[in-house]
Amino acid sequence: MSKSMLDIINLRKSYGADLVLEDISVSLAEHEVKVLIGASGSGKSTLLRTINLLERIDDGQILLDNKDITAVGVNPDVVRAQIGSVFQSFNLFPHLNVLQNITLAPRKVHGVSKEVAETNATELLERFGLADKARQYPDLLSGGQQQRVAILRALITKPKVLLLDEVTSALDPILIAEVLSLIAELKAEGMTMMIATHEMGFAKRVADQVLFLHHGRILEAGTPSDILEKPHSPELSDFLGALREAGRL
Amino acid sequence: MSYQPSALRIEREAARHRASRHSTVVALISTLTIAIILTIVVAGAPGFKLVRESFFSWHYAVSSFPHVLSGLWLNLRVMIIAEFFVLIFGLLIALARTSHSPILYPVRLIATIYTDIFRGLPLLLVLLLIGFGVPGLQISWITNSAVILGTVSLIMTYSAYVAEVIRAGIEAVNPAQRMAGRALGLTQAQTQRHVVLPQALRKVTPPLLNDLVSLQKDSGLISVLGAIDAIRSAQIDTAQSFNFTPYVVAGVLFVALTIPLTRFTDWLTRKQDRARVQQGQW
Repeated sequence: MSKSMLDIINLRKSYGADLVLEDISVSLAEHEVKVLIGASGSGKSTLLRTINLLERIDDGQILLDNKDITAVGVNPDVVRAQIGSVFQSFNLFPHLNVLQNITLAPRKVHGVSKEVAETNATELLERFGLADKARQYPDLLSGGQQQRVAILRALITKPKVLLLDEVTSALDPILIAEVLSLIAELKAEGMTMMIATHEMGFAKRVADQVLFLHHGRILEAGTPSDILEKPHSPELSDFLGALREAGRL
Repeated sequence: MSYQPSALRIEREAARHRASRHSTVVALISTLTIAIILTIVVAGAPGFKLVRESFFSWHYAVSSFPHVLSGLWLNLRVMIIAEFFVLIFGLLIALARTSHSPILYPVRLIATIYTDIFRGLPLLLVLLLIGFGVPGLQISWITNSAVILGTVSLIMTYSAYVAEVIRAGIEAVNPAQRMAGRALGLTQAQTQRHVVLPQALRKVTPPLLNDLVSLQKDSGLISVLGAIDAIRSAQIDTAQSFNFTPYVVAGVLFVALTIPLTRFTDWLTRKQDRARVQQGQW
């Protein structure tokens, strides 16, 4: 087994009296892809947001590349610079064109010169078939293109871990396919990823392991086929049943 | 195959054409009616001749024009300098008020008190306080110039307005944008500078320009301190001739000065509205 890239140890998080994550422990090895599934409100998004320190945790620890990023005195900006995050609503910067969106972090956070950053970004855009969009503003792109740009924006700084939070939930089926195939390509290249999704077919395709979250706890963990075909807990059975009824499994 | 408009389309377009011609005729008739009524009421007023002579005398308009115009040159300089500093101070105050850092707490507090006071205080009072109060202190190294103290008063008052406009813009930027910036590893300040502010300023450009138009015309108020601007020049002429036409001349010149900015503001607002409609944000 390769080295551990991300370790979440006994994580606990609540909003006031509302316990949203309870005693979560997960490890993510280098090049590994773990997929989080579960109903809305099960804690998937919150878990991802605690990892890039956008949410403060109540108890437990998170280690990134064996360094405790939840320790007192850790600069969150330095941590976030090593983690890529992509959100459901893209959140591209509307006043910047595609190239400027992608080069902002390399230039301002990682101190890369404008020329080098633009060369790298152009290369990346070419590789993923978006080269002709470099000078366009996000408003003019389709949702699928926007989300692919958002993924490249997170990718350009070569993060240790890529966190994808329901990145296809705001897209229609055709656009979902183009975003998912980009993610599958990243998996083939060995990107370490933690993905929250409602796309079970996709989970099956890219996940090394699937985690089922229910009310802030990991109820089941296993290979995609184990989780999706042989559920142990009644909660997972219910969840899969509901998906099947909705025609999404 | 070449496209032939259907009878349906031809009929629909003819109907639209008729409707638009109808609208034009209605607009014309209603404008004419109002103009006629106004003329009858004003021209038929018992004091009309007197008013026309004392406010709209061509003779006095021509004779006062050079004085008023040279006064306006002062207004123009005051406007431009005041606008420059108002934008800078307004931005700084807005940034101070929207900051979250604990070390800036006192700055935030001062900025809040400042905007509260100067938005509520009538400009005339600020002008009198600064223009007559500061020289009254008799501090040797502080100027007594009515122009400078008047400009300072304008800057102090309008910075508070502009700060509030910019602050509203900053708070109107979607919080997800800030989150996306932070998630990339940008610091609070970098996120503010590269992500939030450009979007905020774009959102508030029309109301901001509106405040600048207002500042332009209020530059005429420095005349109460004795600065020889357009209004003061008009007043001097009026005092000699007992004819009020110079005031009207000054008024016309002020309007002429602000029209380019107001037209530009309208144009920009319409452009932004159209963009929003196209993006389906309405």
